[in-house]
Amino acid sequence: MASNPENAVLTPSFDVERIRQDFPILSQQVYDKPLVYFDSGASAQKPRAVIDAISNVYETEYANVHRGVHYMSQKATDAMESSRESVRAFINASDVREIIFVRGATEGINLVASCWGRQNLVAGDEIILSVMEHHSNIVPWQMIAEQTGAVIKVVPISDEGVLDMDAYNDLLCDKTKIVAMTHISNALGTITPMAEIIRMAHERGALVLVDGCQAAPHMALDMQALDADFYVFSGHKIYGPSGIGVLYGKAALLEAMPPYQGGGEMIDVVTFEKTTYADLPFKFEAGTPHIAGAIGMGAAIEYISGIGLENIAAHENDLLDYGTEKLSGINSLKLVGTAPEKAAILSFVLETVHPHDVGTILDREGIAVRTGHHCAQPVMDRFDIAATIRASIGMYNTREEIDVLVAGLGRVQEIFGR
Amino acid sequence: MNDGLTDLYQEVILDHSRNPRNFGPSENADRTARGNNPLCGDRVTVFLNLDGDEISDAQFDARGCAISLASASMMTEMIKGKSIEDAKALFEKFLALVTGENGLEAGPDLAELKTLSGVKDFPTRIKCATLAWQAMVAALDGTDQDVKTE
Ligand SMILES: Cc1ncc(COP(=O)(O)O)c(C=O)c1O
Repeated sequence: MASNPENAVLTPSFDVERIRQDFPILSQQVYDKPLVYFDSGASAQKPRAVIDAISNVYETEYANVHRGVHYMSQKATDAMESSRESVRAFINASDVREIIFVRGATEGINLVASCWGRQNLVAGDEIILSVMEHHSNIVPWQMIAEQTGAVIKVVPISDEGVLDMDAYNDLLCDKTKIVAMTHISNALGTITPMAEIIRMAHERGALVLVDGCQAAPHMALDMQALDADFYVFSGHKIYGPSGIGVLYGKAALLEAMPPYQGGGEMIDVVTFEKTTYADLPFKFEAGTPHIAGAIGMGAAIEYISGIGLENIAAHENDLLDYGTEKLSGINSLKLVGTAPEKAAILSFVLETVHPHDVGTILDREGIAVRTGHHCAQPVMDRFDIAATIRASIGMYNTREEIDVLVAGLGRVQEIFGR
Repeated sequence: MNDGLTDLYQEVILDHSRNPRNFGPSENADRTARGNNPLCGDRVTVFLNLDGDEISDAQFDARGCAISLASASMMTEMIKGKSIEDAKALFEKFLALVTGENGLEAGPDLAELKTLSGVKDFPTRIKCATLAWQAMVAALDGTDQDVKTE
């Protein structure tokens, strides 16, 4: 996806300075220096539209949802359900009943591993993951594998961080029941060929769950074209609030699955003899949901959609190319993850300075980067490193900020070069 | 530029991190304990030999940042020849130093460890400085549980 800097034509409608004005936190100073926020991959900042939507709920239309006859309950219910419709349109799902509100990607994956897994996995069945999964797309599968006797198989990657499709093809077999894979790696930035991954799995009769945490803020999604069986992402990475996220699932699959948690909202009729469950999506939404969160996430989606994911991607790819070029010019620096198909992530190590020390020095320059294993220890082991420094790009970042990062790394060399 | 960074990364610290003393695994340690910082993936193993109540030898093996390596390196130098009780007491003083707690007088016996006092202005790095020490205490206590920073 990364285009050459010289052909990166930014559409005139994308004005990063105007976008920056929409994000109040970006005008903050840290240590008397302007905040340079390169940690959107961990959690993105929030535009005024989202902040206002959340306070507006509490100030003008708040009550519990789906259970009151009164005016406020109806208003809150309408707002929340209109957010669900925004999510549906955002990922082009065919049916709004396929949009389940969850706490985040982690809960979405746990829900599928638990509800679908308990019903469909038996001893000897195989689950395919990749070596570059986030821990949240590893551990839930290990837990269900332990309970059912299913076995986990892992697709390797190349030294550039490209998924080994031949190895994937070899791993797929009649025992494969589900493939759970990331759409964009949070540690490396690799974009996986998801349509192809899904097509190959379906040919073998296996389902696919896509971890779309890093993809949702950076690329346009189309569930019907992709044909994913399950797709998860978190609100806080798409410029919305934390504590809310989305599980998309094909209606037929969700209908066949048992509920996740029991409680209010997910029921049809309850007696002590027998309880029948609510229809989709409420069957999977036990208890009072994160009402303001869902509404805030809807506002984030409207905000992103107003700018256009194509415009956002073009801007971010320009920064990715610019940053790759600038960082590659630093002698002792090694980029980790150099796949040709890549988005929004600059992960790197310095030869003689530990990432943690780099992070501390950059922090005092006002630069927020993530240092560590990025909840992806297996991929760190793959590269035989403990940690990287990760600068992740959001729609509000600029070329000037990349220059500040490069200057900050100069300060690191200065301090450690003594 | 006074942003605390040159206090944090004093030359003594850089020297210890580049040429850690008493570094490498030991085959014949009486006590061993590992420390783990799940936040950054850093690991340290401390190897101790005891002669009665006295620490006769101390070594460490680690993968970590400059702060954690320097702290571990200095620690092994400082505790060698100390009694178990004195080594633990030194940790308490060191802890007070790097957390910037008042009330505890740092005292002359901290010696070179004082160069790590800059850590107190970097709260996210305190765990780096204390990891090897916690492992040392765990080794002395003979708890075979790995210590974690959380
Ligand atoms: C690729 C990927 N998957 C899953 C997650 C987990 O998301 P959350 O913590 O919002 O549930 C993250 C977030 O760090 C991620 O980057």
